[in-house]
Amino acid sequence: MSEEVTTVKGSSWRLVEVGRVILINKGEYAGKLAAIVEIIDHKRVLIDGPNDVARQAFPLARATLTPIVIPKLTRGARTGTTAKKWAEAGVDEKWAKSSWAQKINSRALRRENTDFGRFEVLLLKKQRRYKVKKALAKAKKLA
Amino acid sequence: MSAVTKEIGGASNGGKRVIPASKASKWYQAEDIPALKKARKTARPAVLRASLKPGAVLIILAGRFRGKRVVLLKALEDGTLLVTGPFKVNGVPLRRVNAAYVIATSTVVNIDSVDVSTFTAAYFAREKKSKKEGEAEFFGDDEKKQKKAISEIRITDQKTVDTALLAEIKKVPALKAYLASSFSLKKGDKPHLMKF
Repeated sequence: MSEEVTTVKGSSWRLVEVGRVILINKGEYAGKLAAIVEIIDHKRVLIDGPNDVARQAFPLARATLTPIVIPKLTRGARTGTTAKKWAEAGVDEKWAKSSWAQKINSRALRRENTDFGRFEVLLLKKQRRYKVKKALAKAKKLA
Repeated sequence: MSAVTKEIGGASNGGKRVIPASKASKWYQAEDIPALKKARKTARPAVLRASLKPGAVLIILAGRFRGKRVVLLKALEDGTLLVTGPFKVNGVPLRRVNAAYVIATSTVVNIDSVDVSTFTAAYFAREKKSKKEGEAEFFGDDEKKQKKAISEIRITDQKTVDTALLAEIKKVPALKAYLASSFSLKKGDKPHLMKF
């Protein structure tokens, strides 16, 4: 064997763990964020969060794990503590900044757009395309 | 049945007698005729959707002008909608359209300055053709082959409406181009889920 040093790296998977923030996909709270407070079994977790999500046992099949984790959230932390830690970790700000949340927002905006609004989008896209093509042609000419 | 009193001769006949004015027919229907049902329904004027406000931009879905975006001027008394392109913008003249074949958008043009009082259902009624069939008509050189000229009144009315409407349309940026463009479903568009 050579003297190569092999470094073992932990997986970067999102784990079901206490403090993990999840996005609820189905049901009454669909589209809202909540934190895992306790793991009940391999299918369900106890969730809690300040975003109008009641503390409840929730099946993981109806949620998606986000990359956000609240550090040092104790197992079975109560609503008040969870809300405090949530704010300290800046979960909402981190979420709003993520491209995932932005994509959800823009999708909702597009859906709410009216016929005239869609036409205005078409015009703006046309203008952008024109500028890009113009710049490209100029660059090509120089090259 | 009306009856007539008649003088009758003869002392022992009472002098007068009441007899029917017209003689009853010898024939009569043996069976009873069922009485016809009386229709208790009345034709009520059509109630338009709430979205069809005067000034709203509509998308025409059927006919010659399908896909065109037009301005709704008013609802006529015959249940149709009076629309115009305006003609100068997208070629749709002052015209009646069926409300069922129209999508109302949420865009509204201010039409307070447009006078539409002269337009009624009678204004758009077809001219009656004379029924006389002359020889000339019979042998081909009839009016059908020549294009019917558009009456001067229609042209001037269209122009006055267009100028008033265009002044309002120009106040909103991109609205004129919007009306000039036509609507069509794009890939992945679900019209029942879309907002107009």
